[in-house]
Amino acid sequence: MLYKGKQKIWSDYQKEIPDDHWFYVRSCIRQNFFPASEVTFLRILRDELGKDIYETPHHTTCGGIAYHQECIPQETQMTIIARQFALMTEAGYENYACSCITSFGLYCETLETWHEMPEVLERIRENLWKACRREFNIPKYLAHSSDLVYKFRNEIAERAKYKLVNRFTGEPLKVVEHIGCHYAKMFPSKGVGGAEYPYVLVGMAESWGGNVIDYPERRHCCGYGFRQYHVKANRGYSVSNTHKKFESMEPYHPDFIVTNCPGCPYFLDRWQYVIAEQTGKTYGGDGQGIPVLTYEEMAGLVLGYNPWDIGMQTHQIAVEPLLDKIGVEYDESKKYEGSGGKPLPEPEFPMNIRCC
Amino acid sequence: MAKDNVIVIGGGPCGIEVSRNLRDLGYTPILLEQQSELGGHLRLWDRLFPEGVEARKILKDLTSDLKGVKWFTDVNIESIHKSRKGYTVNVDTGMSFETKALVVTTGFKLFPAERKQEYGYNIYERVITNADLEQYFHTRKDPRIQNPKTIGFVHCVGSRDEKACNRQCSKVCCATAVKQASEIKELFPDAIVYCFYMDLRLFGRSYEDMYLTAQKQYGVRFIRGRVSEVSEDIDGKLFVKAEDTLLGKPMKMKLDLLVLMTGILPGESTTQLSEMLKINVGEDGFFTPRDTILEPCRAKDAGLFMAGACTGPKTIPETLSEARATAIQVHKYLSR
Repeated sequence: MLYKGKQKIWSDYQKEIPDDHWFYVRSCIRQNFFPASEVTFLRILRDELGKDIYETPHHTTCGGIAYHQECIPQETQMTIIARQFALMTEAGYENYACSCITSFGLYCETLETWHEMPEVLERIRENLWKACRREFNIPKYLAHSSDLVYKFRNEIAERAKYKLVNRFTGEPLKVVEHIGCHYAKMFPSKGVGGAEYPYVLVGMAESWGGNVIDYPERRHCCGYGFRQYHVKANRGYSVSNTHKKFESMEPYHPDFIVTNCPGCPYFLDRWQYVIAEQTGKTYGGDGQGIPVLTYEEMAGLVLGYNPWDIGMQTHQIAVEPLLDKIGVEYDESKKYEGSGGKPLPEPEFPMNIRCC
Repeated sequence: MAKDNVIVIGGGPCGIEVSRNLRDLGYTPILLEQQSELGGHLRLWDRLFPEGVEARKILKDLTSDLKGVKWFTDVNIESIHKSRKGYTVNVDTGMSFETKALVVTTGFKLFPAERKQEYGYNIYERVITNADLEQYFHTRKDPRIQNPKTIGFVHCVGSRDEKACNRQCSKVCCATAVKQASEIKELFPDAIVYCFYMDLRLFGRSYEDMYLTAQKQYGVRFIRGRVSEVSEDIDGKLFVKAEDTLLGKPMKMKLDLLVLMTGILPGESTTQLSEMLKINVGEDGFFTPRDTILEPCRAKDAGLFMAGACTGPKTIPETLSEARATAIQVHKYLSR
């Protein structure tokens, strides 16, 4: 692999990301899958870096899950997005950041549709006014929240307590980066690094000491694929896609996977258990799986946050081997201790994959 | 006998042949080339289809007799002024040339393969272009080519591709791919060679024979379908995904070498001169002649001629024929 060739592409696909003052919307499903990730994002941006990140409890879904399953028409979905933009406008912001990759793709698609077909934009303005008497401005800048963490990756590196380095060998950790399909595959110029060799997660991992693996099925879907999972009869497709990725990355012995999409970490994490149950095969060392992190979790670990505060115990695949490699200090006895010391329910342990 | 200067811009095979023919008709051609050698892309090619004639032999024959042609290399056009008398061409060396007739033969450039990022040119070591392979055929030196056992050719890289903003067929790449697939099979007889194509557009005399020979004699496997993406496995082999549209099946294979058949785009000088001379260009960026059927070598403006690949992709024989026709058109114009 010729690193210089990738650098050339990365330099061609950079986007303007303002420093501050963002209106932030959360993801529908991330709040259930890995709820601490979004909290960690806000902690890093607000508390560590002193940025103004505004959020409102009045925002809703972007409609993406229904749209991609053809349950709602595009015009309805665009009106939902128009309402989100109205909330941004009312709050006095111009920069819009979303936590969800599918939302990001949908915002890009909607803005492009409005750009190409101004008459649709006018119709959506009318729809929104009729529905809830709101008006909106189009955001000046649109970013995915991983763009913001990428933007501040060097500031995070300066504050880092740990590096993505194996403390036993001194070698950089081998990182698989997995980008959500809706990040740049539809609009390459909207993603940092473009569609084929996205840089947004590579930039973070490298800045924090890791070494990113380029493996044959890198571009492949995590397996979620909306209808492939949500239609119960199709779930075999979902897990077989995930299986394909793990088979492809296996020879590289990755230390962990990092993702920037709501669905990807969930499916890459949970399906390892299913694959182990179905085939008896595991992909990490010593009968364990490969830990799958969100980029906020990766940043939080680097910054030295307590792994249980950033939600690492909500993963199917045990993260302790990774924490040990990095040298993160943690108290195993507090893994299932909730806020205020309240005990959380502890999961059962599976038969075919070791979870510490 | 006329003794007028005629300026020819572009010193590829077309410009050389226009100049030679104008010289034979009694004119003093002034041939301007921006590279340091005459010959254009012909310098970089090893053999030409369909018979496999050496490109350098053709170039040597073309350049062996340039007596009476004033030619200049390393010359860039600074400006061109049109007047009632004709054209004044100013070049960056400070020279200035007057002419009643100006011939533009600025040729083409190859599609930059790295723009099709999914194929991984300049990213994965064993992905090369048709031009790289021609160089290898000539020098037999390329660290990327180490006794390959499985080789793929991807047709239409940057041609017939709306996403690459290049809708037109480049005309010569299918024949080049068939030629190169056969040649590489001669060098590496044990290799399995695949050609991934959309349509095979081989139209000239003997081209069909070349295609059949590739299949029967060399065992080249033609797969109708495009490569969707290329990556690299842990051993450095290329991991290629494609579709066989005749079988209706997706394919995955590991290859030791992938050759991208890059298409043809208007040369940079073609674009530059179209602005300087206000020559009409088509959507594809190539010059549009006054009449594509009856006057394919003449621009709208009097005294302005064009020939070769600056009006669209052409084979070498077509280019040379058009060059000779253009010289006669210039002569007719200057003798009117």
